[in-house]
Amino acid sequence: MSNHIIDLQGIDKSFGDTRVLENFSLYIRENEFITLLGPSGCGKTTILRIIGGFEQPDAGKVLYKGADIASVPPNKRNFNTVFQKYSLFPHMNIFENVAFGLRIKKMPEVEIRKKVSRALEIVNLPGFEERYPDSLSGGQQQRVAIARAIVCEPEVLLFDEPLGALDLKLRQGMQHELKKLREALGITFVYVTHDQEEALTMSDTIVVMSNGEIQQIGTPVDIYNEPKNRFVARFIGESNIVEGVMHEDFHVRFAEHEFTCVDGGFEKEEKVDVVIRPEDIKIVPKGEGMLSGVVKSVYFKGVHYEMQVQTGETDWMVQSTLMEEAGKEVGISIFPNDIHIMKKTRV
Amino acid sequence: MKVKKSLYMVALFPFLIWLILLVVVPLMLIGYYGFTNAAGIFSFDNFHQFFQPDYLRVLWRSLYLSLVATVFCLLAGYPVAMILAGNTFRKKTLLVVLLIAPMWMNFLLRTYAWLTLLEGNGVFNTILQAMGLPKQSFLGNTNAVVFGMVYNFLPYMIFPIYNSISKIPKNILEAARDLGGGNATCFFRIILPLSVPGIISGITMVFVPGVTTFVISQFLGSGKVTLIGDIIEQQFMHAGNWGFGSAISIVVMVVVVVCMWLVNRFSDDSGVMMP
Repeated sequence: MSNHIIDLQGIDKSFGDTRVLENFSLYIRENEFITLLGPSGCGKTTILRIIGGFEQPDAGKVLYKGADIASVPPNKRNFNTVFQKYSLFPHMNIFENVAFGLRIKKMPEVEIRKKVSRALEIVNLPGFEERYPDSLSGGQQQRVAIARAIVCEPEVLLFDEPLGALDLKLRQGMQHELKKLREALGITFVYVTHDQEEALTMSDTIVVMSNGEIQQIGTPVDIYNEPKNRFVARFIGESNIVEGVMHEDFHVRFAEHEFTCVDGGFEKEEKVDVVIRPEDIKIVPKGEGMLSGVVKSVYFKGVHYEMQVQTGETDWMVQSTLMEEAGKEVGISIFPNDIHIMKKTRV
Repeated sequence: MKVKKSLYMVALFPFLIWLILLVVVPLMLIGYYGFTNAAGIFSFDNFHQFFQPDYLRVLWRSLYLSLVATVFCLLAGYPVAMILAGNTFRKKTLLVVLLIAPMWMNFLLRTYAWLTLLEGNGVFNTILQAMGLPKQSFLGNTNAVVFGMVYNFLPYMIFPIYNSISKIPKNILEAARDLGGGNATCFFRIILPLSVPGIISGITMVFVPGVTTFVISQFLGSGKVTLIGDIIEQQFMHAGNWGFGSAISIVVMVVVVVCMWLVNRFSDDSGVMMP
């Protein structure tokens, strides 16, 4: 409990007849960059809005350092939010936008000036004080929104898909800036996104959600390498998911072949899902691999080629920097470390 | 490109005709009548005739009463517009219909209805008498005229303001709250400044018809409260002095334009409000 800054316990929330969250619990540690990741409608934004105070949970507790704050309005919480696009005050210049929170705290003017220009420096927009939001690009506006939030020195910064409206290049730049920013500020970031790459790049902890339920919590590496179920495996990156049977620990059969793997702890002859990342499948000359098949199609994707290889009944997606001709007969190899076994998800 | 341009012209044609026949030509005629004397020669006689204390007093009264009515409309209309724009109020459609329904009736009819309600032997006085209270004379004073203006023009204040308030993105209000703003801060620093365009058009749509009305003053003022609109109407319809009537119209037009320019200037300066 000691280093939990926020504790959500048994949260229920419905909008009309739609139940978004049911008995949802999650804790957030101090100084953690935690990302709620999931498809739209999975309840991630609702959780953020409950933490921010914009929504009241129907049931359950929102604890901040152990004290229940479920009924405290947003303006009385020491959290600040960076919203999706268009949340700057259009009738105020950048200085007044950033100074807004400080003026409410009735800070002396000299101090406000100092803090605003410091905040604008942090987000790399010095000298923008006199400009108005509509003269700024999307990326600049979002950085002003971040400056406006951090200038209040909150203990928790909440981000509601802040980069969603930006183009790819800008988004990647901002991802690095956000990560640096968190290291510089040393405060807790709670980040909501549906972009798995964004989540993998920035987070300390990722919470993968679907239909209001947590599918998996873990570090980006864990989530990518050890997905707990089909949903996580499909949502995070590309993957081949095939059905298999676990004969015993470290021995699995799939695609009409016996493989050695590194997973154990299943029942004898238990049916399982097997996940293999496309970049972990090696194409070898015909006859040399564990399986043999035919290249069905080849697409050039920039960094790598993406190939469809059929072995018996199974189609494999393979990513490799080396191209094989479509129609060529090849072998494929999969190493034990790259075979990841998941328990069958109850449907 | 050429085809497109000529198509535009064709589409614009009916409007241009309308504009020329009903706006440009009448304005020119008013200018002509205003600046010529009975003999049809250019002169300022009509304006000399107008700039006398009696007429100026009427002009002043018109501006003043219309201003009072505008202030009442703003004070009464702004909260209604805010309630309409808020998402907490569930009977929104009903309220909108109630506000708009009177506007489906003829303006004259609506004003005439108040006459029957308020006159000496009208509905209100009958009720008062039945309750054993003395009769009141509601009509024939400036209060009645202002009341008539507020009643008739209130929706024209509410809807532009409602429009501009409901256009404020919810995000922005949540951001204000998020940064520590309470209800007062949200209102004075976000909602009010961002609804200024609505306030301006509301003021315009109440003040301008208020200055020039003559029906309200004739019906509810019982002819005892003379407004500038009454004088213009007299000159055209009864005295047959089109030149003088036109000159007054021109003066009123100039005064109204100056008023609106002042309002706009004031609002530009106060766009960013300091706490």
